[in-house]
Formats: sequence, C-alpha cells, structure tokens
Amino acid sequence: MSVLVNKDSKILVQGITGRTGLFHTRQCRDYGTNIVAGVTPGKGGAVIEGIPVFDTVEEAVSETGADVSLIFVPPPGAADAVLEAAAAGLGLAVCITEGIPVRDMVFVKRALRESGMVMIGPNCPGIITPGECKVGIMPGDIHLKGKIGVVSRSGTLTYEAVKQLTVTGLGQTTCIGIGGDPIIGLNFLDALRLFNDDPETEGVFLIGEIGGGAEEEAAAWIRDHMKKPVAAFIAGRTAPPGKRMGHAGAIISGGKGKAEDKIRVLKECGVSVAPGPAHMGETMVQAMK
Amino acid sequence: MNIHEYQAKEILRSYGIPVPRGRAAYTEAQVERSAREMGGRCVVKAQIYAGGRGKAGGVRLAESAEEALKAAKDLFGKTLVTPQTGPDGLVVRRLLVEEAVGIAREFYLSITLDRQSSRYCLIASAEGGMEIEALAERSPEKIHIVTIDPLLGLKPYQARKIALALGMRGRLCEECVTLMMNLYRCCLEKDCSLVEINPLVVTNADWLMAMDAKINFDDNALFRHPEYQEMTDLSQIDPLEITAGEFDLSYIKLKGNIGCMVNGAGLAMATLDMLSEYGGAPANFLDVGGGATKDRVAAAFRIILGDPDVKGIFVNIFGGIMRCDVIAEGIIAAAEEAGCPLPIVVRMDGTLVEEGKRLLTGSGLNVRFTHDLTEGVQAIVGMTGGHRQ
Repeated sequence: MSVLVNKDSKILVQGITGRTGLFHTRQCRDYGTNIVAGVTPGKGGAVIEGIPVFDTVEEAVSETGADVSLIFVPPPGAADAVLEAAAAGLGLAVCITEGIPVRDMVFVKRALRESGMVMIGPNCPGIITPGECKVGIMPGDIHLKGKIGVVSRSGTLTYEAVKQLTVTGLGQTTCIGIGGDPIIGLNFLDALRLFNDDPETEGVFLIGEIGGGAEEEAAAWIRDHMKKPVAAFIAGRTAPPGKRMGHAGAIISGGKGKAEDKIRVLKECGVSVAPGPAHMGETMVQAMK
Repeated sequence: MNIHEYQAKEILRSYGIPVPRGRAAYTEAQVERSAREMGGRCVVKAQIYAGGRGKAGGVRLAESAEEALKAAKDLFGKTLVTPQTGPDGLVVRRLLVEEAVGIAREFYLSITLDRQSSRYCLIASAEGGMEIEALAERSPEKIHIVTIDPLLGLKPYQARKIALALGMRGRLCEECVTLMMNLYRCCLEKDCSLVEINPLVVTNADWLMAMDAKINFDDNALFRHPEYQEMTDLSQIDPLEITAGEFDLSYIKLKGNIGCMVNGAGLAMATLDMLSEYGGAPANFLDVGGGATKDRVAAAFRIILGDPDVKGIFVNIFGGIMRCDVIAEGIIAAAEEAGCPLPIVVRMDGTLVEEGKRLLTGSGLNVRFTHDLTEGVQAIVGMTGGHRQ
C-alpha cells in the first residue's frame, strides 16, 4: 500500500513540451512511472518520446484514461492549468511550478473546494511511492521501498531526509512534498491523515520550516489522532525575522512562525524532533523503538 | 517587494482613497520649495523601507519652510535605526513633505493574506498608529477581521460591519465602506501581499484620510507589473542582494564570515542552522535553485567572493536535478575570473558527484571534500575561527 499514487496510476503531464517538463517526463518514465499523455495547448496531435500530446486535459483524459496530472506550466498559465485539471475530473494534480502569484492561488484554492481534486503544491518536488511511481522532480535513486511516510514543505531537505531513511534501512512508503508557498493544496494534516490510515506506513517523518502555523496545527492533530510514531525536523532556527528565505512562505513576521515555537509545540505533542539536519534518519529510528 | 510611503500613497490616491497633499523630495531645495507651497507648516517624513520611523526621529513637524529645511539637512544621509531595520539601520535618501493635518481620531486598516483560510482578509482596529502585532498580543478583542471570499469579493455589508465596529456613523461610515472596497480593489489589481493604512484618520474637519501607508507587492506577480521595477529604491537594499536578484538567486546577507552556497531553500536554511549550532557564523543565505546553469552558479560564487566578510566558503549540494559537475564548473569559472584564495569545503551528494569532485580537484583551488554533512560543517567552522559553543 501507499498513499495517493501507486503502480496503477496513469499520469498526464501538463506542459510536457517545455524544457523542464520534457526532462522530468523522461526521468519519471525511466523510474517506471506510467506516463500516458501530455498536454500543451497548440501542440495537440504531436507525439513526443512516444507519448501522445493533446490540446486539452479533457481530451487527454478521455483518450488515455489518465487520472493524475503532473504540472510544469510556467507561472502565468499555471493557475489555469490546475483549474483545467480539476474541470476534467482528475483526482490528483501535482503542481511543480514555482513562482505562481498569490492572488491566482487564492482563486484556485477557492475553486477547488467545489471539485473532488486534490492538489499537491505548487512550488513542490512532487510525490513518489518508491519502486512504483514517481510524479515529480525528486531524484528517484535515493529512495527505498519501506515503512516511513514522509511529508515536507521543502525540496532538497527532503532528499536529505529520504537518503538518511534509506541508509538506516527504514525506507519510505510514500514521500509527499507539499510545497513552500503560503497557499498550498494538500497540507500536513491531509498527509498525516492519509499516512495514519495506510496499513503499510509504520511511522511518519515531517519536515517543516519557519513561517505560518501549519506545523503547530499538525502537532495538535498528531497529539489527538495519530496512531503511529512521528519524527520531525524544522529548518530556519537561525533565520533573521522578516526576510524571505527562498520560499515565499518562509518568512517570520510579527513574531509568528518562529522555529523554536514550532519545535516546542511539536515536542509537547509527542513528536521527536531531530536536533539537526544530519540527524533526521537517526531520530526516526529512535522514534520507532 | 517594498515601496516607499509616498509611492504607496500615490497608488492609494489613484484608487480614490484620500491622502494628505504631499511631494517626494531628493534634495534640500526641493524640501524647502514644497514646504513653501504648503504654506510653511508641514510634516517632513524620512522614506525608508521600514516602519517605526516616528520613534527613531524620522518624522518632523515643521512650523515654517525654514524649519522644514533644517529637518531636511538633518535627515538626508542620516542612518535611521528602528525595530524593523535591524541594527545597521537604513540611510535616508528621500523625504516626503506633506501638509500638516489636524487629527481627531486614529484607526488601523489593512488587507493581507490569511494563510489559514488561503484568503485575503481585512483587518481593522480603533487603536490606530500602533503596531498591529503588539495590539494582537495585548488586546486581540480590539481587532476586527473579515475574511474575503475571492469569488464574491469584499461586500459592502462586511465593510459596513467593520466601519460601525470602529465607531463610525452616518456619512463617515458610508465613506469608510467605499474606502475599504477601494482598498480591496487596489490589493487585487496591484497584486499586493499587504496594503496597510496606519493610521487611517478622521481629520478635525471630519474627513477620512490615510496618514501613513505601506504596500508590499507579491514578488511572484512582478511579471504582471513591469512598471514596479522602476519603483524600487536600490539605496534601501544591500548591493549584493541586488546582484543576486539579477541572476534570479535567492540571497540574503547575514552577519558572519562563512560564505554559503546551497541548493534548495529548506536545505539552505538547515545548513545555516547547523553552522550556528557548531559555533560558526554564516555570512549569507544563498539558494542557487534547482536547475541552475553554470553561469548562475558562477554568479552565485562571485557574490559570495564579493562579500569582504567572508573568510571561508561552504558548498552544500544535494544533486538531484542539479548536477554536481555543473556546480563544479560554475565555481571554477568564478574563481578563475576573480581569484579565490579562501578555503572551500565542499559537501556534495547525488547526481554526477564523482565528476564534480574530479573537476574541483584538478582546479588548483583550496578545496576540501566531505561526504558527511556534520564533518563538512565542522571543517568549515574550524577553518573560520568558530568553535562549538
């Protein structure tokens, strides 16, 4: 078992003909992901790397039965791409695009309330179920099929955690990068719920960072509902207040969103917090005992 | 993205929101002339990218053009240190000369993003002129908040409820409703992450007026507003951060002596945390991004070398999409151009790591490789004179 994606997932790629889209489409396919279609408006009818390209998501879905979209559409058109995926009845859209205006996402998030589609991201590395299906830009070879569910706001820091989990032999069931923007689709809570219900997931590693209150919210939920051990790492303990550290969401303003507060609350709620980024795997191992 | 108060007020004015008569000044002569135009009595306000100016002496009431000139002489070139500037402060290069307005009542009003609900929200309080965060901690019941459904927009009844809660009645209340609706329109159309009027005042003549204004633009939306680029006051931003911006690098100058180059924002933050934990002092935050080219990596490395505080460099790369050989080529290109006598500790992992190491080893640079993150951090901290606290 795993969550959200598995070996049966049929992926379509929106923005498949762009440089980034094409590169990662190849990488995902090489990993074994079943990529059935591409969508680029104006390029319908083309075949790229043996994958049929359509003008619209709707056509791609009806022709190929795709059920998950991987989105690489650049910021000006990204919000529209997500809405199109939802309108075509897809169950999951993974939006990799970085730099989408906040105003656009306010509208997308509101519109998704009326659809059954789950959005992961934007500005995220995507989702991977090791050995089965990679829908994103993470390096596949550091993963190992195993028992830990990983959920993270960061990209490369997730790879660091994943590698440590692989080295310790724990491995991963599914890894979800939820993205670093202030407005995201699937959040920590949603991911924790999924992992809690997944019989193969035996523990969860959560990677958070400064800004917002999502980690605190997750901590309270873990305390009240989580049946499995959770370990965590929070980046940004030494970040200066008010500065945007790469991620638009990673900003401490008005005394809110500090790393110390997040770490304290997580610990109070029974989560093991890694003292540094080099100790993530080890902290998970301890938590599993 | 930040802009100055006078620019924010120009935008508010274009949305029909009343602001005091005023003019920006770059020279003492301009200040004097503007003061005369206002009849002598005026307010001279330092324009910096930070709040808390009043308490730091950056806002002066002048009774005459002579007094305005005196204030200008004092303020131009002065470094203002406020709770929001950090210890180094910001230098005053522009002033705003405004008519002095008699104030009867002060309020707080803003629109910003509420991350919890993923919607814009309108925030108001009858306690104007003070920091809203401080008020939120001390007496949250004095803050009124309305969350705005993006599909409906801010509705008049919502704005009226807030205006009434602020104690406005009759004509004033309806004017405040219009003002709030205009403020929301401004927030959306201009892609603001914050529009703040603090204080919004009722003047002695019983009119609403935005006495101070702050606008932050959403950096992600700049492609929709090419005109914003000209509004940036580069004197208010660290020069190295400006260069970084040109190469689309995420860079923030810090206080220490260890130059850092990392890929990914989360890993970059975690690297800084770790350096501090081991007694080192990072000189910067720098995320080269996921798919950086050789040129971008070289630009990043040049920026680090351009910081005179840097005594050693720590490169931490987890190559996924980012290839380690590209990182190595970028570093070598920058070092060949500018020269790099400093020690470099490189911790690389992932895609094409051996190729990256081979290139760096053959480059003649003072490089030490570590595979382990902890070992790398300890090495660079040792080389730069830090020690475990």
